Amino acid sequence: MNDTFASKIPALLAKYETDLLEEWIKAQLDATTLRKDLLSSADLRRSSDEFLSLLRRAATTGNLLNLNAPEWLPVKDFLAGVSRSRASQGFTPSETATFIFSFKQPLFTRLQEECGSDSRALAEELWIATTLLDRLGLFTAETFLSSREDIIKQQQLEMLELSTPVVTLWNGILALPLIGTLDSSRTQVVMENLLQTIVETGSEYAIIDITGVPTVDTLVAQHLLKTVSAARLMGAQCIISGIRPQIAQTMVHLGVAFGDVITKASLADALSYAFKQMGITVLRKQN
Amino acid sequence: MMNNIVRREVIPLLSDEDIVRARKIVRDWTISLKFSLVDQTKLVTAVSELARNTVEHGGGGSALLEMLDDSIRRGIRLTFEDQGPGIANIDQAMTDGYSSRGSLGLGLGGTKRLVNEFDLSSEPGKGTRVTIARWK
Repeated sequence: MNDTFASKIPALLAKYETDLLEEWIKAQLDATTLRKDLLSSADLRRSSDEFLSLLRRAATTGNLLNLNAPEWLPVKDFLAGVSRSRASQGFTPSETATFIFSFKQPLFTRLQEECGSDSRALAEELWIATTLLDRLGLFTAETFLSSREDIIKQQQLEMLELSTPVVTLWNGILALPLIGTLDSSRTQVVMENLLQTIVETGSEYAIIDITGVPTVDTLVAQHLLKTVSAARLMGAQCIISGIRPQIAQTMVHLGVAFGDVITKASLADALSYAFKQMGITVLRKQN
Repeated sequence: MMNNIVRREVIPLLSDEDIVRARKIVRDWTISLKFSLVDQTKLVTAVSELARNTVEHGGGGSALLEMLDDSIRRGIRLTFEDQGPGIANIDQAMTDGYSSRGSLGLGLGGTKRLVNEFDLSSEPGKGTRVTIARWK
């Protein structure tokens, strides 16, 4: 690629802007990939028109290959907006990128007319045009993905908050029903929540229920043991409940020993154990 | 006897999310082979241990899942591979209670007890490969 080659593209865009726009819109409307269900032809015209005028303005600087330069910012901002709104409307990333890629045909046709029989110049022009439009198309795909990722990260954070409720079962008895995967970051939140609530309520017993934890491997076991030890240091006794038969067998094979930690099959068993320890008796009312 | 590979899948193991994914896929496979609940849990737990080793000790790698059928029985074989620092002393690493980083130290020895076949090969500086299989 020859850097000193002066592309005709900026001049071409300025000279034929209206023609290019009409040809481009026609090509988009004719394409079988057009989502008529999601995009009206008025919207299509508006975004095509805006993109083309922004592209023309950015191209006048003559820099067609460095999209990191400030003159390309308006184009990128516009595309990011298009990409985000289309993502939320239900377009796929390829459909969004096709919006840019479909501009190749009208542009290439014009370039061909402009260069005439000069095939060397045509090759150079086509290379520049295709590189530029590919980069812009990929940029829309990247924006699409990063907006998706932002949503996923947000949801993960919300899950962290949601999934660690500490509930008071009785005066002095807390319960922590764990549900789902106990990876390190979640366990950290769980542990902090539990210890904090122990302090706030002055509870003597904390029941950690793992009925909803599908896999208890050595790391999960270690996290549980650490939580129990920390609670014990603060004067609260932990009871681990909800150990299902398959989990119990697996833990025995793994060699995980809970030592002197009290474990119970169900939350009800754990509660009745805590009652007994606290000297509370539950009686059915006699008539 | 020849093992026929009925199904095959490669799972990249680079992050905690990949460990969760590996567990989920293996769980689905064990269900499709009608493993008992205990056998499902054992294999999934073994996968969890080895996948975490691959991510944390091996600096990332991959797991190859194969569903086997030797005409008498069906099973699942998994091969975990990484290009990490490797294990210098395999006997020590397999010993219960030995840990290189303050964990319970039951991962490898425990995993071996959870599966029917277990094979570990490692070369310091080159990486580690663990192959396990569990038959129905």
